[in-house]
Amino acid sequence: MSDLTKLTLDAALTGMANGEFSSVEITKAHIDAIKDAGKLNAFITDTHDLALEQAAASDARRAKGEAGLLEGAPLGVKDLFCTTGVRTTACSKILGDFTPTYESSVTANMKADGMVMLGKLNLDEFAMGSSNETSFYGPVINPWRKDADLVPGGSSGGSASAVAADLCLGATATDTGGSIRQPAAFTGTVGIKPTYGRCSRWGTVAFASSLDQAGPIAKTVKDSAILLQSMAGYDAKDSTSLNLPVPDWVSACGASIKGMKIGIPKEYTIDGMPKEIEDLWQQGMKWLEAAGAEIVHISLPHTKYALPAYYVVAPAEASSNLARYDGMRYGLRVEGENLNDTYERTRTEGFGDEVRRRIMIGTYVLSSGYYDAYYLRAQKVRTKIADDFKAAWEKCDAILTPTCPSGPFPVGHKFNDPVKMYLNDIFTVTANLAGLPGISVPAGLDANGLPLGLQIIGRALDEETVFKAASALEDAAGFSAKPLKWWG
Amino acid sequence: MFIAPRVADAKDWITTETGDWEIILGLEVHAQVASNSKLFSGAATEYGAEPNSQVSLVDAGMPGMLPVVNEFCLEQAVKTGIGLNAQINLFSRFDRKNYFYVDLPQGYQISQFEFPIVGEGEIDIVPIDADGKVGEQVSVGIERLHLEQDAGKSIHDLSPDETYVDLNRSGVCLMEIVSKPDMRSPDEASAYVEKLRGIVRALGTCDGDMEKGNLRADVNVSVRRPGGELGTRCEIKNVNSMRFIRQAINYEARRQIEIIESGNEVDQETRLFDSVKGETRTMRSKEDAHDYRYFPDPDLLPIKLEQSFVDRIRSEMPEMPDARKARFMEAYGLSEYDARLLSGDIDMSNFYETLAKGRDAKIAANWMLGDFAGALNKGGIELTDSPVDADALGGLIDRISDDTISGKIAKGVFEKMFESGDSADTIIERDGLKQVTDTGAIEKIVDEVIAANSDQAAKVADNPRLIGFFVGQVMKASGGKANPKAVNEILKAKLGL
Repeated sequence: MSDLTKLTLDAALTGMANGEFSSVEITKAHIDAIKDAGKLNAFITDTHDLALEQAAASDARRAKGEAGLLEGAPLGVKDLFCTTGVRTTACSKILGDFTPTYESSVTANMKADGMVMLGKLNLDEFAMGSSNETSFYGPVINPWRKDADLVPGGSSGGSASAVAADLCLGATATDTGGSIRQPAAFTGTVGIKPTYGRCSRWGTVAFASSLDQAGPIAKTVKDSAILLQSMAGYDAKDSTSLNLPVPDWVSACGASIKGMKIGIPKEYTIDGMPKEIEDLWQQGMKWLEAAGAEIVHISLPHTKYALPAYYVVAPAEASSNLARYDGMRYGLRVEGENLNDTYERTRTEGFGDEVRRRIMIGTYVLSSGYYDAYYLRAQKVRTKIADDFKAAWEKCDAILTPTCPSGPFPVGHKFNDPVKMYLNDIFTVTANLAGLPGISVPAGLDANGLPLGLQIIGRALDEETVFKAASALEDAAGFSAKPLKWWG
Repeated sequence: MFIAPRVADAKDWITTETGDWEIILGLEVHAQVASNSKLFSGAATEYGAEPNSQVSLVDAGMPGMLPVVNEFCLEQAVKTGIGLNAQINLFSRFDRKNYFYVDLPQGYQISQFEFPIVGEGEIDIVPIDADGKVGEQVSVGIERLHLEQDAGKSIHDLSPDETYVDLNRSGVCLMEIVSKPDMRSPDEASAYVEKLRGIVRALGTCDGDMEKGNLRADVNVSVRRPGGELGTRCEIKNVNSMRFIRQAINYEARRQIEIIESGNEVDQETRLFDSVKGETRTMRSKEDAHDYRYFPDPDLLPIKLEQSFVDRIRSEMPEMPDARKARFMEAYGLSEYDARLLSGDIDMSNFYETLAKGRDAKIAANWMLGDFAGALNKGGIELTDSPVDADALGGLIDRISDDTISGKIAKGVFEKMFESGDSADTIIERDGLKQVTDTGAIEKIVDEVIAANSDQAAKVADNPRLIGFFVGQVMKASGGKANPKAVNEILKAKLGL
């Protein structure tokens, strides 16, 4: 039998449906691959025994004709999603060996659809980072390599790396400012952040509540549609969850884009962007045009304020969301001389530098006397950015941009320069600020043979158009490169 | 900025060697919403449960947990707002108030800061002093009513070096009702809280139980020369009885006056009332005040109420204490004073209306506010725990009305009823207290009394007032049981009056 780990999710589901192999077989193949890939540091908690039990149970269900949407598919789960009985860390020391008694709504949906969970995936601590270097469990290494170890992007670096290295058929991820799309671009995978409210946030460790949104990282656009179809859905336990049915996104993949208007925002050309990214973007326009779409030039005038606004709003919410990690009820506790001392020691030792930096920024921008100048102003910018998009939708149906202003960079390269690191998110944060769906599709390789991605942003609730355009891009790009297996 | 134009009645001034002072008071009352589940979780709210037995994942601040607003609580807030004659805000919002403490699992309290669910309103109060003297009616402005979560409870006295935390209260829904600085005396503050209590209890939105802490007040106190510049205020936290409210204000006002008179300045601070020592002391100074970093809670959508929802609640409002007072005066012919006392509290009103039904309303009121209220007060017994209920008390009044016993005998019967819980009939029967109306028996006693006091009897013709002496003698001889009316008539006939 050929290597089952090379299959797409779609092909694997079909293979199991046709009785070509069982879930136990494909799960075992992935477990072997994971055991071989310790150097990538993608998984931080293995649940292999559990996975084999789930796979056997899945095969039994399939035998009875009760196959769900993800029946028997071995997948990875970002360690930000709480999983019953399985340690959940958010890759922070402060959570210690916290083991939830509850299952996040997203993973519960996937389990109900037959998912087999291989383990929990590494991420930037509390999803704060763009390189997966802030994890308490060490950096994730990109399976794509050039001379030195490269970062896989972040915060969903473990998810992206694992999918790119064929350690799982797909993975859950979350995106607050680009944490799905940027790692997908850095690893030659597909990642979609749906409309805010499509996926329940219940049971997912919060970073910035008004921006956080779950989504998948997958090998193909269709795989990402299958995964999102399972993850999404209304949840009364999340007040910001959208009470709407989940459309049939899988069918949208591969549908014609004839007559679709694709907007090209002039503000997404920035100084210092490598020419090969500019060229890839031009190529993307040509591909979509060739597939029958019409290219229209648009303006999103407040784009330049998006990144600063994001780095006010996200830390502000984070500073409050992370207050519950105080050493009192679960996780790490470092005893001090009195209550305040215990708080200080616990939180100083429990949080890494980047998390502490953002808590301090967030605390500062919410402080009396600074609230209006920072937080309130950032919220106004947010409204302006949403208005920019509303105006754009008068002229186009979807927007094409590069996913990131650079390709994957070496580990340690930007780690001590937060501002440079934050610039990674410049093309992705706008979709979070406006709550819009955005997908990254691998579209080409740079001069070093490393993957680059293009992003499609759509109207709120119009993932359908996003999947159509992304499929067209995927077909035209014909991206089939895989990293050389150097790690095992 | 607060303005406080009304100057207190001179009787409420505090006079010292340097002159007169008046007290400026504003109250923040926390009323726990009578809801079976918490504001943002399904956990139960029952009082007195085993510690930490009513705590959901949300209340414990577990990772990834999200609040979902309990719509029943919104409805109670709107209802209370209407009861306070206040503006109902169709748009309101929940904000986070951030601070660290062991009994605050999320590290923030979800409250309403910028956009409360209820805006300005007004209620009328009538202060009554310690001697029961009724003062002038005063209007007290309501600044706002907002919803918020309660914190858990820190227990410091179970161990010398550990603090225990009970999260049962964590997340319970509170209404914070903020008044304008419109009160000028402890009596007014007390009347205000009493009035609020009457309103929330009539509405059923809060049980008003101050002992359980379900209704408690933060009292803002400052002093000034009558009508002069406002002074610096201090906030006394969590005062949980009417008596303590009066004591805390009296102590605090005098403390502030002493500070000013000794040439110093009052520090703006938060203080605690020590009910054992009867004094207030510093909890935290202005310098220690938290910067709460309020911001809109991103886990919750703004609350947008439909006007039709508010209209529906308005149309279903029960009778409020003021309306009830007017009705009691009209329907039962009560004085304003009696009507106020009987209409303020819903349990009291219901008791009275049961008692007055089919009986003389004034006699019913006299009994309730007289011997009955006295017995409850003396025993420190709540109306709802009274050993004598409205039907039992009515049974006693019925025996007076049908001349089975006299009003005087009835007082003794009532005392026995209150002690034993037995009915009036049982006690009258058992102790043989039935009034003697048999004229033959009374005539016999009258004859004996006249015979024993023949010289007095001879003087009656000249001095008719002597009849009182004979009535007393006859009643005494009958053990109080003779019907006084019959005694009078027979005596008059026998003595030829």
